[in-house]
Amino acid sequence: MIPGRFTYHRPNSVGEAVKLLADLGEEARPLAGGHSLIPMMKLRLAQPEHLVDLGRIGGLKGVRSEGADIVLGAMTTQAEILDSALLREKAPILQEAAQVIADPQVRYQGTIGGNVANGDPGNDMPGLMLCLDARYTLTGGKGNRQVAARDFYEAAFFTKLQPGEILTEIRFAAPTAGHGWAYEKLKRKIGDYAVAAAAVVLTMSGGKCSGASIALTNVAQTPLLAVDAAKALVDTAVDAGAIDAAAKAAIAISDPTTDTRGPVEYRRSVLGVMVRRAIARAKSRAR
Amino acid sequence: MSNPAKTRVTINVNGKDMSAEVEPRTLLIHFLRENLNLTGPHIGCETTHCGACTVDLDGRSVKSCTLFAVQAEGSKVVTIEGMAAADGSLHPLQAAFAEHHGLQCGFCTPGMITRAYRLLQENPTPTDEEIRFGIAGNICRCTGYQNIVKAIRSAAQVMAGQPRKEAAE
Repeated sequence: MIPGRFTYHRPNSVGEAVKLLADLGEEARPLAGGHSLIPMMKLRLAQPEHLVDLGRIGGLKGVRSEGADIVLGAMTTQAEILDSALLREKAPILQEAAQVIADPQVRYQGTIGGNVANGDPGNDMPGLMLCLDARYTLTGGKGNRQVAARDFYEAAFFTKLQPGEILTEIRFAAPTAGHGWAYEKLKRKIGDYAVAAAAVVLTMSGGKCSGASIALTNVAQTPLLAVDAAKALVDTAVDAGAIDAAAKAAIAISDPTTDTRGPVEYRRSVLGVMVRRAIARAKSRAR
Repeated sequence: MSNPAKTRVTINVNGKDMSAEVEPRTLLIHFLRENLNLTGPHIGCETTHCGACTVDLDGRSVKSCTLFAVQAEGSKVVTIEGMAAADGSLHPLQAAFAEHHGLQCGFCTPGMITRAYRLLQENPTPTDEEIRFGIAGNICRCTGYQNIVKAIRSAAQVMAGQPRKEAAE
């Protein structure tokens, strides 16, 4: 399988990349790790006339702490996320999720920026970003703007990212010290997208849940923030009854389609299991 | 920088700078196989699943069917052809795959070995579970995984008894 012809551009700075994208118009696509785009190009489902390779732009990589925030450069790979000592200490849920994305080779190439910007409902990181209430920095010809992950996703492959803009940075407040966390995903095999997956972050205080955030992956056209599911946990001991209510609330907002991963009823049922397991594990990790 | 037709790429492959005129759409696997005649990396699924095309790129295992040659400009690539020593003696992984029957049809073997090479650089003493997780991006359709894991475990032991060799890095 050979992709269609395109012209290749390798800018050295974000400014140069944004200018190229603006000048070349809608037939140009930025190239990050390429592990969504290149397979699509090989199938000729994508035929951009220009590729703007972000791979050599310094400063778009790395994980850092900035005040109370954790900041991820868009070109940070999933493998680099798994290696980050900062994330291991402050936000290990990212590593639990990165670990179940694709396979080792893909994780060396695939980037966090590409994963969240592509708008693919099968991707795992967007749901996580909803859970963590992350903000994305979008850089265009007129400079930077910030969009909350919770507002970013409009439909499958449709996001707030405008032509000519590049998602350059992701930032979120580090979860409270001692928080419990879990990313639970069922997939048919290595490399497959989730049948359903759930991200849970919660804090326990004096035996009761003082705060919770839950998001769902691949059970609708966009990742979903499960507000009522999280509410069902707050001010409870996160006992069986609360977990049951949360799972039911998550299922209620899901809207999966029947596909090769199974019929709607099955995927909803699996979602409930994922939510229950993620809550239980998050609770067991909370201090 | 605009490349409407062909562009020259230079990639260090198995220790030598190799150069060719390629279209931007030329995949790294095609550059290796067709321009350099290195047919060790195989084309299997072409959809980033099977790992038969795995090569080492700047210290990472990559599927060379999912990377354009132009993206690898200036990089260092190691293929299965670069694993044996200059005198032809096999790399401990190659020897272990032969000894433990870590291959049946052999189609997946170049990818398995180049992937296992990087895995052992990163984790010289992996458990069987870590080996299985580490080669999860490589598929053997003969399903001979048991002996592949055995071969990698054995090679790790052999390599631990030898000075660490950073081949072609």
